Amino acid sequence: MKLTRRSAVKGIGALAAAPAFGRMAFAETPPNMLVIAGTIDDIVSLDPQESFEFSGSDILNNMYGSLVSFDPKDLSAGYIPDLAESWEISNEGKTFTFKMRPGVKFTSGNPVTAKDVEYSLRRAVAMEKTPSFILTQFGFNADNMEETLVATDDMTFQLTTDKTYATSFVLNCLTATIAYVVDSETVKANEVDGDWGNGWLKTNSAGSGAYSLVNWKANESYTLQVNPEFWRGAPAMQRVIIQHIGESATQRLLLEKGDVDIARNLTPEDIAAVEAQEGIEVDSDLRGRIMYFSLNQAKPILSDPKVIEAMKYLVDYEGMANSFLKGQYTVHQAFLPLTYMGELKEKPYSLDIEKAKALLAEAGHGDGFELEIIVRTAQERVQIAQSLQNTFAQAGITVSITQGTAKQILARYRARDFDIYLGAWGPDYPDPHTNADTFAHNPDNSLEAGLTGKLAWRNSWDIPEMTKATEAALVEQDRDTRAQMYVDIQREWQKTSPFVPMFQKIEQVARRSNVQGFVTGSAITAAFYWPVTK
Amino acid sequence: MTDTTAAAGRRRTAPLVRRGAALLSTLGVIAVTMFGLIFVTFIIGRVMPVDPVLAVVGERASKEIYDRVYFEMGLDKSLVEQFWIYLTDVLTGNFGTSTLTARPVVEDIARVFPATLELATIGVIIGIVFGVPMGVTAAVYQGRWPDHVVRLFGLFGYSMPIFWLALMGLIIFYGNLDWVGAPTGRVDVFYQDIVPPVTGMILIDSAIAGDWTIFWNAVSHVVLPAAILGYYSLAYISRMTRSFMIEELSKEYVTTARVKGLSERAVIWRHAVGNVSVPLITVIALSYANLLEGSVLTETIFSWPGLGQYITNALLNADMAAVLGGTVVVGLTFVGLNMLSDVLYRVLDPRARS
Repeated sequence: MKLTRRSAVKGIGALAAAPAFGRMAFAETPPNMLVIAGTIDDIVSLDPQESFEFSGSDILNNMYGSLVSFDPKDLSAGYIPDLAESWEISNEGKTFTFKMRPGVKFTSGNPVTAKDVEYSLRRAVAMEKTPSFILTQFGFNADNMEETLVATDDMTFQLTTDKTYATSFVLNCLTATIAYVVDSETVKANEVDGDWGNGWLKTNSAGSGAYSLVNWKANESYTLQVNPEFWRGAPAMQRVIIQHIGESATQRLLLEKGDVDIARNLTPEDIAAVEAQEGIEVDSDLRGRIMYFSLNQAKPILSDPKVIEAMKYLVDYEGMANSFLKGQYTVHQAFLPLTYMGELKEKPYSLDIEKAKALLAEAGHGDGFELEIIVRTAQERVQIAQSLQNTFAQAGITVSITQGTAKQILARYRARDFDIYLGAWGPDYPDPHTNADTFAHNPDNSLEAGLTGKLAWRNSWDIPEMTKATEAALVEQDRDTRAQMYVDIQREWQKTSPFVPMFQKIEQVARRSNVQGFVTGSAITAAFYWPVTK
Repeated sequence: MTDTTAAAGRRRTAPLVRRGAALLSTLGVIAVTMFGLIFVTFIIGRVMPVDPVLAVVGERASKEIYDRVYFEMGLDKSLVEQFWIYLTDVLTGNFGTSTLTARPVVEDIARVFPATLELATIGVIIGIVFGVPMGVTAAVYQGRWPDHVVRLFGLFGYSMPIFWLALMGLIIFYGNLDWVGAPTGRVDVFYQDIVPPVTGMILIDSAIAGDWTIFWNAVSHVVLPAAILGYYSLAYISRMTRSFMIEELSKEYVTTARVKGLSERAVIWRHAVGNVSVPLITVIALSYANLLEGSVLTETIFSWPGLGQYITNALLNADMAAVLGGTVVVGLTFVGLNMLSDVLYRVLDPRARS
């Protein structure tokens, strides 16, 4: 039978293919072109003041500059001057005055001035797209932006926050995609009905970054063309093409054949297979995504501190990390990703069924109970849910798993309609407040408040004390003290919260050995194509 | 004399009237079908437990932004009102804007449908060219080894998961033998967007532009996925051909023809296959329509930017404008192919002509 099958497959394909061409010569990727196999079907807009997706950040990070950004060769250094050469802080820490870097041009040829910064940041505030909160949390709004976001001359830009915030918080937020600087003249020329050029910029670029957009074909590919005048130095790769390849096996074949230089979405099995091959190397980088599950505090059983603690002992952290999540996730038990300022490395919990049973018995649930886990239909998440189902059962908790699309599950989570939610959270901007704000801040737990953006609210977790501590960390001026405050908050959170963080994402990127310098961006930022050489 | 003229006149006008009536009723059927299709898809889209607003604003949006978009999308209006707005938009050719691609749905479909059309057409041609002779052979040698070989071969194509066939095909013909192009869509990345789009089908467009390098590159990309789809439809077509032929060969006129001393070849290919071709058209049209819906798995593995991937992706992301637009195209395709097979019936079957 085996023989029949093989010859059958060979037969039909050969029948169709052989007479047409026989052996063909195939183009390898040219030496000045970078071809990446990835997934880009999440991109919905290329407007930096609107985009809020992982793949969108990757492309925008290579097309735009911002006042402050990162050095891809040393991400741990934090924010560094980019389009702003220097800055001063005055008015009790509320006014930031940026001096623009002279001589920088947009790909259109227009010079980058403080007016462009003013236009871009006001645009972000006025358009009110989803990520606008990253800027509006400093008190900017459409009514006051003409006083608070101002170009005092061509080379000086000044912003004034509504109160004193930690300096590092403000500057970290200015590295986010929402604060990227667009070419105001070009964008204004494409405005339609006062849309701030949004309709046009969704599918075009107007930046001063290393590359400009040639085209973006949704779910298919995007192509970037080098900006030879990039102020950090002309990149070696003249063209960058990201091809949407949804299937890992296909990505692997393309990489093995040299038809792509980098494959970004290989499954652990495919990574293991290519790692052993000559001419291919695999790099690992910690990313920001935290995989966790959380217990809805509106459910009486799940709000019992003993039950909460028991749950944290009912997770086979190491077992999962060393089997189906191997190479893709590392065990992590705090809300800030490792590499973030204020990270907490301690991992106090491990699988301990007996201890969990004792805790449940103390809580009066020794006979067990039933729960539903809601999870999005994605292989690794469902596998985690199944592992939890297994370990929970050993302590007498019967779990049913409900799967759905991302949107379906999210809708239930936001409506507080669940027992246990299993999913992931990624930071929105490279400052500890991004996760503290969602995991450890809940100023109003009432249903009417509708703080659906905050995970603490979604889980009905009422935390007046911790909310205060989080707010205090937000205004602490001293960097070290601030970092320590986040460590302290996380220690307490780790003990008492209904959140059970389990893993932090590792991205494994497979590349041809001749490709050097590709940076995925760690937990704090997005990919950098421009340092690549080959 | 007068009588005959009148009769002749009647004979002349009657077909015209009949044809007009037939045309009207066909158009009526199409209109009702399309209306039903749009209606059902619309309702499913609205009752689906997916929040279209979240699809637009994302998970992190504040309540204010959420509410603003909710009203912008007209979701506060009644279902009837929403449907009416949608229907009038569709009738003026406006299918809305996809939230997933930020482009008008019409533009998106103009991009993805030709890709599927190209693939499906070559696929169904492969299915016919190999499937029909195989089915005929199997029927003629019923119960003997050629029949068994065809059945096994067909069964394999029909029962193996298509993604497995596609991956095996890739490993062998792309990975090992290097006979076909990389599974990166319709042409190598370096050749994208070079030929001006006329039909959207890259084989035709490159031929029009006279760019034979790109043409052959496109051929090398389309041949494997088309062969996989072709194999799949071949399996179905050959099985149906076989059973039609077996039935046909048992009929009396075949025996008569043989007795009259006609060659076996003429009996089979001219008489029997000729008669079988009528029901076969329905089978082929259905296979073709199936392929034209877009084969999601094949498209995913070959990164083929076709309709199947587009609709699936839209559905998973609650991009209802795109789902509805795609569904209308699929519906029109089915209706169109049905009409085409009706026309072919009339051409091929003298009885249907009178």
